[in-house]
Amino acid sequence: MMNQRDILSTIEMIDQQHLDIRTVTMGISLLSCCDENPEKACSKIYDKICRMASSLVSTCEEIETEFGIPIVNKRISVTPMALVAGASDTEDYVPFARALDEAAKECGVNFIGGYSALVQKGMTEADRKLIHAIPEALSVTDLVCSSVNVGSTKAGINMDAVALLGRVIKEAAEKTADRDAIGCAKLVVFCNAVEDNPFMAGAFHGVGEAEKVINVGVSGPGVVHHALKAVKGEPFDVVAETIKKTAFRITRMGQLVAAEASRRLDTPFGIVDLSLAPTPAVGDSVARILEEMGLETCGTHGTTAALALLNDAVKKGGIMASSSVGGLSGAFIPVSEDEGMIAAAESGTLTIDKLEAMTCVCSVGLDMIAVPGDTPAETISAIIADEAAVGMVNNKTTAVRLLPAPGKQAGDRIELGGLLGSAPVMPVHGEKSDAFIARGGRIPAPLHSLKN
Amino acid sequence: MNAIVTVIGKDRVGIIAAVCIKLAEMNINVLDISQTIMQGKFTMIMAVDVSEATVSFAEVRDALAELGREMELTIRIQREEIFNAMHTI
Repeated sequence: MMNQRDILSTIEMIDQQHLDIRTVTMGISLLSCCDENPEKACSKIYDKICRMASSLVSTCEEIETEFGIPIVNKRISVTPMALVAGASDTEDYVPFARALDEAAKECGVNFIGGYSALVQKGMTEADRKLIHAIPEALSVTDLVCSSVNVGSTKAGINMDAVALLGRVIKEAAEKTADRDAIGCAKLVVFCNAVEDNPFMAGAFHGVGEAEKVINVGVSGPGVVHHALKAVKGEPFDVVAETIKKTAFRITRMGQLVAAEASRRLDTPFGIVDLSLAPTPAVGDSVARILEEMGLETCGTHGTTAALALLNDAVKKGGIMASSSVGGLSGAFIPVSEDEGMIAAAESGTLTIDKLEAMTCVCSVGLDMIAVPGDTPAETISAIIADEAAVGMVNNKTTAVRLLPAPGKQAGDRIELGGLLGSAPVMPVHGEKSDAFIARGGRIPAPLHSLKN
Repeated sequence: MNAIVTVIGKDRVGIIAAVCIKLAEMNINVLDISQTIMQGKFTMIMAVDVSEATVSFAEVRDALAELGREMELTIRIQREEIFNAMHTI
């Protein structure tokens, strides 16, 4: 018979500490769907997704039932759409988004990611058409998520794309102004995007991936927070050890679910993403973990160090628990999706500048941050450039997901609902970056020696 | 296939009997039982074999949850792999 305490601790984690599998994401290659005729391409896309993922949701539900562990999201990621749509003879790429949306609804998944373009070094005609279609595509679909990679450590930062994306984000906000700019919640701008990320809105199925694959993202900020409560006042070595042990347990569960889903769906297992993904629910917050380490409010001095420790310990604990780790792997700090971050931002302690510093040591970036509706596109581009520079120089993935909610001012609040949560509108600097963004061109890739 | 049934709640007469009768109705064999009072709460953990069960796993789960509601207890059934995975290397 198994240890009684172990059994009860697992049940307590699931019941009271919000332990769950955040997402099981099926990656599907759409490269075989290219067609000169755009309508034919769209129907191939719809058919292939429906064929591959028809039993994804029901299989995940079976696993939930048998193991008693909630799988919060079931999702699909596909080949970056610019690569597929590029073969079609058309100017209008919105129908490709509709095809994805319809397929996602047919399969019953929460989101489908991959309305994407990779333009870190340059932009093809297809990339340009897709990026221009993003605002419309996000406003006429419900489940489609979009991402654009504008920089990498090897290629540098494509500042023309950065300038364009600032305008695209503004337009996406205006097109969904009646829904607090929800279109922007489904659009991520990356530097060093990964090809096997199971999390939205940035998931896409990279070209180096197999025909189809199962990637799993775990969660569990509540469990880590609870474990740290038991070591109040102890030195950081103890804190790190405690987080590692907890992360190990969380990840083992993710590995089990991933292996089971892979077997039942007859789909190769890709990776487990070692993440602490918060939700707006009380007791499921990354900010509260940092505060548990001894900070009065997340965002005050010491926050970056606390986050660095947390992020590293999560990876160290998780890495041995899974046969294959990948994705974004790290603690997420999306403001609107984290009850503690929301409170810290509302109190004024957590600012965009501090969040930028925090992204140097964690996954992923300036995520789910509402900014005033009158923020100029150039300022948004400049924020993207800063964040991409952090990723480029530090050889890590960074991302920007900003919501310039039309009509909203600093101090207002936007409501997105569900896991996307709600966010206080945070102030940005009023001083202009227009001339900086107007330059265009490319910021060269950084040197990889003489590091200081 | 082995699973773990956990019963947690206020102690009263006949809990073990009721759970065992319910399991027997579904042809589920009990392999091991341990029971204790933890922090004033009745806590029972049973290892069971569901491979010969006459109904699906989801129906077993629902039947036990329903019994739990009737007796004001929380009754769960989960496959044992999840506990092994989380607590053993």
